[in-house]
Amino acid sequence: MSADTPPTPPKGLGPLAKREMRFAYLLLLPTFLIVLSVVLFPLVANIWIAFKPVTLGDLRAPSILVNERLMGKLNAAGDEADIRYRLRNSSRKSPIADISMADVLPATLDVLDVDERCTLSGTALRCNFGDFAAGQREDVLLRVAATQAYLDAPTNIKDTDAAFTFTPENILTNNSFTLENFRKLFNASDFWQVLWASLYYTIAGTVGALIMGLFAAQLMNMAFRGRSFLRGLFLSPYVAPVIAVALAWVLLLDPGPGGTLNALLIQLGVIDGPISFLGQRVAELNILGLSFNFPVALTVVIIFEVWRYFPLAMLFILARMQSVSTDIFEAAEIDGATPIQQFRFISLPQLMGIMAVLFLLRFIWTFNKFDDIFLLTGGAAGTRTLTVNVYEQAFAVSNLGAGAAVAVVVFMILLFFSFIFFKFSPEDEA
Amino acid sequence: MSRFGNIFYLCLLFGALWGAIATVLVTLLALFISGEAFQPQVTAGAVAGGLSGGLLTALPPARRSKGIIAACGLVFVIVLTVASGALPFGQAMSVWSIGQLIFIVITAWSTVHATHLTALGFGPTRERRYNVEVICLRFLKGIGLVAFTIAVALPFFVMVMMSLKNQQLLLSNPLDFSLNFGQGASALFRSYIELFTQYHFGSYLLNSAMVSVATVLITLFFAVPGAYAVARLKFPGQNFLSRSILLIYMVPMIVLVIPLYAIFSQLGMRNTLWGLLLVYPATTIPVALYMLQGYFRGIPAELEEAGLMDGLSRLNVIRKITLPLALPAMASVALYVFMIAWNEFLFAFMFLDNVDLYTLSRGIAELNSSEVPRQHLMAGAVIATAPVLALFLWFERFLVAGLTAGSVKG
Repeated sequence: MSADTPPTPPKGLGPLAKREMRFAYLLLLPTFLIVLSVVLFPLVANIWIAFKPVTLGDLRAPSILVNERLMGKLNAAGDEADIRYRLRNSSRKSPIADISMADVLPATLDVLDVDERCTLSGTALRCNFGDFAAGQREDVLLRVAATQAYLDAPTNIKDTDAAFTFTPENILTNNSFTLENFRKLFNASDFWQVLWASLYYTIAGTVGALIMGLFAAQLMNMAFRGRSFLRGLFLSPYVAPVIAVALAWVLLLDPGPGGTLNALLIQLGVIDGPISFLGQRVAELNILGLSFNFPVALTVVIIFEVWRYFPLAMLFILARMQSVSTDIFEAAEIDGATPIQQFRFISLPQLMGIMAVLFLLRFIWTFNKFDDIFLLTGGAAGTRTLTVNVYEQAFAVSNLGAGAAVAVVVFMILLFFSFIFFKFSPEDEA
Repeated sequence: MSRFGNIFYLCLLFGALWGAIATVLVTLLALFISGEAFQPQVTAGAVAGGLSGGLLTALPPARRSKGIIAACGLVFVIVLTVASGALPFGQAMSVWSIGQLIFIVITAWSTVHATHLTALGFGPTRERRYNVEVICLRFLKGIGLVAFTIAVALPFFVMVMMSLKNQQLLLSNPLDFSLNFGQGASALFRSYIELFTQYHFGSYLLNSAMVSVATVLITLFFAVPGAYAVARLKFPGQNFLSRSILLIYMVPMIVLVIPLYAIFSQLGMRNTLWGLLLVYPATTIPVALYMLQGYFRGIPAELEEAGLMDGLSRLNVIRKITLPLALPAMASVALYVFMIAWNEFLFAFMFLDNVDLYTLSRGIAELNSSEVPRQHLMAGAVIATAPVLALFLWFERFLVAGLTAGSVKG
């Protein structure tokens, strides 16, 4: 056998390729930095906070409160009095380290005695206190005597404020950890209900928006006068600010006087009394002798989700439909396929790819959705999803740690779904 | 000519259904505009629609002239009036008479016209399955268009109308959307004027505009070079990057809000517009990068290589060749990013405490209390919606291209 080795391509990058690589990294660096600091770092920080006993109030950093007073009367030259600094750690929970104080005393006072923790050079006073425990109080006393100059022009010792330097213990970076947040979360009586509501909302909202988008795309695929106007109109739920449309829905569905939809349904004789569409948890329905509990508010919230996001599905499906070659439809026409058969056996299979991708992406985004439910119901009446629960725990109950724990659960579920989807999704589209 | 067949019976059915639908919708429209307690006469409308539709479609398509259609409309009016006992809208004709007459004509015209369009090109004969499906689908698509249009437009209609009414009128008769033009423009638009004079909406509008435009500029400034690098330059990790960009985009905002709130609070950046200007681009840059790199790939590399051969540096190639070619894509990305920033609610709501810094979303959230009358809330909603909707409709072509180019966010 021949000992010739086949020619191999050069290993590593050539100098030109290296320059190109450096240039590419340089162009990507700003993006990388901003994503790292505002997305990836907070993601990690969120997990960190989930294991800490942090409440909203702890975010205000502890500081030293000081009260400066002259104890005694200085009426004649030589009178003695005390200057008292009363210090307190403002936080009742966290200690403060390396406290030092600086102040300027009036030159017209003779300082007779200073606290052992302090040194005086000229009129400048410096004190070092070391560490304060949570809520600790300390007094500092200076013995002073009045001079004639002081009596001629009395100065208030409070005119110069005492300045402090200290390192407060940061509740976010200290070493106290707890599993309490997660324990409370999983033991909460409504945790499984919240999880169920989240999944129901996500699946129903995604599927509903896709089906409605498919219908709307069929309509928009026809040629008729005013089509581009209608397409613009159909897209507007998606384009308008969420707060504007959500509040319009709230007023539209209001059960009180002034609610348009209830008044309309009563006028048409459909219902007898107003329905609290966004406030009623369940209604008992009787269908064919079977009674079951119908979740009213949750369904209305899902309808809103479908209303707001069908335009997106419509756009994508429409774009796909218009790229399908017409030859295949002409062939089917000649073979005598009816319109429904053409839809069922030609259009639908061609649309399955984009529908699968839309389902995947919309599923994740609907699961992430917070604004819509928050603005419609605030999470009341059985519509509290996991994302609303994050807000509820962190900012309504003011327990940041508990909120972060819910957020960790949200993120874990999302990772799980992403993993499943990317494992089983078709390769080509997207 | 063959005998009457299935198409004719279908047309009878569709005529009746169109009649019922038109009666309900036009009655509701009359109710909204007049404020009178009209009741839709569904059965009478269905009978009238069936009869007039049957009359029209009994003729072969070529003979359905404008005159015949008008005659069928007249039949509809007569039948509706008779069948409803001279109460075509559930109220005596003496109430709001001229309006009722106009609306009867509208009902008749829309019913007969809809039936005419449904049966276009079909005689009252027996047809095979293909044509039966065609006519049924036509009817369903018509219904679909009407249903989608109403479902989409109703909340916006209510939003605009409520903003022009006042609370007492709204509470006493919530279905009365009649506008009193006699009161003059300043009274009609009173809630808008009050929002701008008393509720700082001028500054909210300015803040929203500043934040959105700045977000667009920052996003493009960072995303364009990044997208170029991913699309054109070869470097280790290129494939990984172009895939993982989309993953960033799936991170839920609600997971970021707690750490960002805590960190920004401690850095003193929370209650500032700078804080928003850090967060918004971070969430839009990955999308923009993804959309732009797709477009850059579509620009022939030969154009750039020609530039390189002629002695341009890489940066100049980007500046003088790639960017001018990518302008349409940049416009659509810019519009999309503007829309995201303008509509953003969560971070504006969490971060801003100071009235002077409020964006529109945050300002409207403040109006959402029982002390503020509804017309102010809805006027605020209109103020927030109008600019972004106008911009969008104006540049719809760009935005639609951009939206489908790589974004399913919302």
